[in-house]
Amino acid sequence: MASGPGPHDRTLPLAGLLALTGALVAVPFALDPFRQQLAAKYLCFAFPAVGLVLVWGYGGILSLGQGLYFGMGSYFMAMFLKLEAAAQSNTGSALSQFYGSSLPDFMVWNSVEVLPWWWRPFHSLAFTIVAILVIPPLFAFLLAYANFRKRVGGVYFSIITLALAAMASIVIIGQQGYTGGVNGITDFKTFLGVDILSDRIKSVLYFITVVTLIAVVLGARLILASRTGKILVAIRDREDRVRFSGYNPATFKAFAFAAAALLAALGGALFALQEGLASPSLTGIVPSIEMVIYAAVGGRLSLIGAVYGTLVVFSAKTFFSENFPEIWLYLLGALFILVVLFLPTGLAGLAERVGSVLRPRRPAVRAAAPVRAVAEEVDTPVEVGSAPPA
Amino acid sequence: MILSVEDLTVAFDGFTVVDGLALSVEEGELRCVIGPNGAGKTTLLDMICGKTRPSRGSIKFKTHELTELIEYEVTRLGVGRKFQTPSTYEDLTVLENLEISYPEKRGVVGSLFFTRDAALRDKIDEVAHRIFLADHLDEKAGRLSHGQKQWLELGMLLMQDPELLLLDEPVAGMSPRERERTAELLSGVTAGRSTIVIEHDMAFVRMIAHTVTVMHQGRVLAEGSMDEVQADPRVIEVYLGE
Repeated sequence: MASGPGPHDRTLPLAGLLALTGALVAVPFALDPFRQQLAAKYLCFAFPAVGLVLVWGYGGILSLGQGLYFGMGSYFMAMFLKLEAAAQSNTGSALSQFYGSSLPDFMVWNSVEVLPWWWRPFHSLAFTIVAILVIPPLFAFLLAYANFRKRVGGVYFSIITLALAAMASIVIIGQQGYTGGVNGITDFKTFLGVDILSDRIKSVLYFITVVTLIAVVLGARLILASRTGKILVAIRDREDRVRFSGYNPATFKAFAFAAAALLAALGGALFALQEGLASPSLTGIVPSIEMVIYAAVGGRLSLIGAVYGTLVVFSAKTFFSENFPEIWLYLLGALFILVVLFLPTGLAGLAERVGSVLRPRRPAVRAAAPVRAVAEEVDTPVEVGSAPPA
Repeated sequence: MILSVEDLTVAFDGFTVVDGLALSVEEGELRCVIGPNGAGKTTLLDMICGKTRPSRGSIKFKTHELTELIEYEVTRLGVGRKFQTPSTYEDLTVLENLEISYPEKRGVVGSLFFTRDAALRDKIDEVAHRIFLADHLDEKAGRLSHGQKQWLELGMLLMQDPELLLLDEPVAGMSPRERERTAELLSGVTAGRSTIVIEHDMAFVRMIAHTVTVMHQGRVLAEGSMDEVQADPRVIEVYLGE
């Protein structure tokens, strides 16, 4: 906003964005419905990865618990869809005559007789959408502000985020009657009466996901280009100094954390809509750490890199598990180790290096570029799971 | 009187660093604080700017009591601080460093929709010129020399335009040539502005100070003009005579 993309802008290279948009638009025409479905699923996980670029790459706050917000988004959407399914299903109506209201099937199996009060508002689509857009960022903001105001940060905050994600999945599994437990909430077929399992609707949802994702990347770009974005970088590098410029770092960091939570929730909601599932296995520690890996593989300073990173990791996952079913996890682990060791700036850093080799050098301006690239590598090593820069 | 410090005391782990200190600074005055290492000079600045909370005493800035406030609140009241080591935002350009220091819209939402108007751009250009960095506006601060970073930090203070300026060893670690230009720059920055400077360089203090306060073991040992202070036998004993 205030300052346009400069010559060293790494947040959003135009070529990368165009190539990605082209490729994503081509997917439904090039791939069979099964592969398209996979692509849609991968893209949903790109949302939290883009959020991590904001909060971790630029805000210096390593969240190991984005699965919590992804989970909130997916559960809120799934609750809406499940209530719709319950109202329609034959078994549901038979049971509802018995119990006096239509209950989701898993509640019936768990002898829950009355729909809990906090499920009721999810009959309304408007409420559901507002819940997805407001509750995760609001929760994230309050949590982060309370911690950052007391100057709890760095690795301690990372552990808190991790613990919350773990707690969420434990609570979901423990409260089977209200949450569907370890199976999650699943088995719904319609959204406002539209069959979401048909290939045509799946293509529509896929395009909605692509458009939302690109909008989100552009929105994040606007935040980073605004003065708020510059202050985030300043806080990441010298939080103490920022206080003496008259800013309260706690609000800025909490804002970045809330924005990342919103993106994760959006991804979760789109995931539940397309995959027909909200599950504790997508809410806890493992998916949360994986989201960090997507961002790290893509390059944590590149918004578009996070999308590429997600797609690459998921493709590798699918490829390895289909072709080397016995050892695919080891291969995936080796891939992460290689990236962390040899590509500290991720795929975006690799693309930038290749680009600067291919580009014809303009003598005066480009003279310092190689030195700069080396210096940045030394300054910002990407270590998955390590503390953010102080 | 713009700043009035009374009975200011702070102890770390039972060790009293500043002990019942009293100090007042007039509007537009440039006060130098000198003293041997460990006299509590930097701690005094830390307490004024809200970084360290005193155990006892009061700090009045105009009508505000500062002891209850934290750093950004003190800054917003109009107190600017320059640290001993250059502290600029290394990953931001010179221009962005100056722009961030502009004291307006310092909330998240305000900053999100902040736009640089022509007046601000002019001000940035003027300050950049004054700090000899007009040709480096788009360079990242991390790539500047040590001296240039010091200048940039002074430029950030010029943008901030505080009513009370706290400078901690502004010429430390500079080459003689840089020192000369900095002295010139400082006289512009401090002109007509209430300022407290901590400095070791006696020639520099003699050049700029109106009044000198000598601190020793957390207390004020002497106060007066440079000549008076230098003639004080107690001062000679603890500090200048060494």
